[in-house]
Amino acid sequence: MSLNIGVLAIQGDVNENISSTETALKELGISGTVNGVKTTEEISHLDGLIIPGGESTTIGQLSLVNRSLKTIKEKIENGMPVFGICAGMIILSKTANDRVVGKTNQPLLDLLDIKLERNSFGRQKESFEADICMNSINIPKFNGVFIRAPSISEAGPDVEVLAKFDNKIIAVKKQNIIATAFHPELTKDVSLHKYFVNLIKKSKN
Amino acid sequence: MLSLSGERINAKGIIYDKSDSGNILRGTSTLKRGFAHMLKNGVVMDVTTVEQAQIAEEAGAVSVMVLDKLPSDVRKAGGVARTASIRIIEDIMDSVTIPVMAKCRIGHVYEAKVLEETDVDMIDESEVLTPADETHHIWKWDFTTPFVNGARSLSEALRRIEEGAAMIRTKGEPGTGNVAEAVTHIKKVNDELRLIKAIYDSGDNQDLVRIAREFKVSYDIVEETAKLGRLPVVNFAAGGIATPADAAYLMSLGCDGIFVGSGIFNANDAKERARAIVLATTFWNESEKVKEAQKMIDERQSMLGLDVKTLELRMQERGSSA
Repeated sequence: MSLNIGVLAIQGDVNENISSTETALKELGISGTVNGVKTTEEISHLDGLIIPGGESTTIGQLSLVNRSLKTIKEKIENGMPVFGICAGMIILSKTANDRVVGKTNQPLLDLLDIKLERNSFGRQKESFEADICMNSINIPKFNGVFIRAPSISEAGPDVEVLAKFDNKIIAVKKQNIIATAFHPELTKDVSLHKYFVNLIKKSKN
Repeated sequence: MLSLSGERINAKGIIYDKSDSGNILRGTSTLKRGFAHMLKNGVVMDVTTVEQAQIAEEAGAVSVMVLDKLPSDVRKAGGVARTASIRIIEDIMDSVTIPVMAKCRIGHVYEAKVLEETDVDMIDESEVLTPADETHHIWKWDFTTPFVNGARSLSEALRRIEEGAAMIRTKGEPGTGNVAEAVTHIKKVNDELRLIKAIYDSGDNQDLVRIAREFKVSYDIVEETAKLGRLPVVNFAAGGIATPADAAYLMSLGCDGIFVGSGIFNANDAKERARAIVLATTFWNESEKVKEAQKMIDERQSMLGLDVKTLELRMQERGSSA
């Protein structure tokens, strides 16, 4: 059994996620392919999808244009594991507000019952790196790279909080969905990508 | 993982701070270059007003670049072109959710400091404005805010990266609506990359040393770039892009994204054109989608444009030799 993993390739740091996932597969000794995906056809064949970092307004609007957003939603509702990173976490959420601008009208998947604040830690100058801890999934120390990152102010009862930083929720899990406000693909550490690959493998069994 | 070649771990722009949850770092190469990575496959649009910035955001731009005048108007106006009014930059930052960039003059350390204090997300040390220092660019390692710089060749790009640029845009000739120069320069950079990659693959280190001397950069950055076969930072195309087909063409040459200057807001169909250029950039390898995008615009509404050969002011040459 080979896993077919996709990285949504509309906009953002697609290649870094492809290479982190490839490394994760290799280190785990699991066979699989990782490709950038854009069309509904490509997405319909996937076993797992990463929605990467980028600009959430751009990714959302353009995946609406080619109808891939709808296919993604159906696949996730049917159990396909998905990993949303930064912009990806925003797109998975129910509502998104910008810290300064307020309510946004951007297209969202409405799959994670979370209240999300965009640009929650400030603008680029305030972007930061810090060690974070995700004990519940056995990743006690991870270098979190937060770039104009969002955070979650409220999470619904079925959403498991994986990590907090300065009392803000920055990583969550709900069944087949995981989402982080930081960028694991910008670091050498592929433990989160490994965790995601295992999630895909389990879903196939 | 990011390429961090040429990074300075002791840069003044790196800030060590403490928070309730532990130590934090700001202004590292990972954060600066990582920011540029989030823009990939996107369009950055030049804007001069809040209204234009909102049109850009609605069209799907990944960021806006605030200027006092669009490059083509800088050409017409003559005189000294400086950084935009801070009030306008702040108004734009308060009205869009996407990142906001602004231009400062080449070498003008204090325009850059002002922009950093204003909290713009990226500073463009730009040849569109009148250079403040003909021999030195800003030492960008001193800043926490990331910089983007223009380049016409690989050597220029690597010099800028060694000064701390977190992103490169291959220069065209700004404000002309003529994509020819941008095409020439991205092809030149690609040729030079292929050449040093071939030298690296052949194992001829001595020739890489010669290239480093010729480029006036360190051996390390030449070696790393040669190994990667691409620039170690994100590289966008810029200068003279006016239509969706222009954008798709430059993407096909291997750029990571597009800067559009005068091409959108000097056209008479800015809203449709902004959207169409974003679509063509995203779906550049699907000809049918590029055609659909091109159909959204009317050539009779395009900016007239200028033949580069007749120009008295060649902005692309500013700061190139430094």
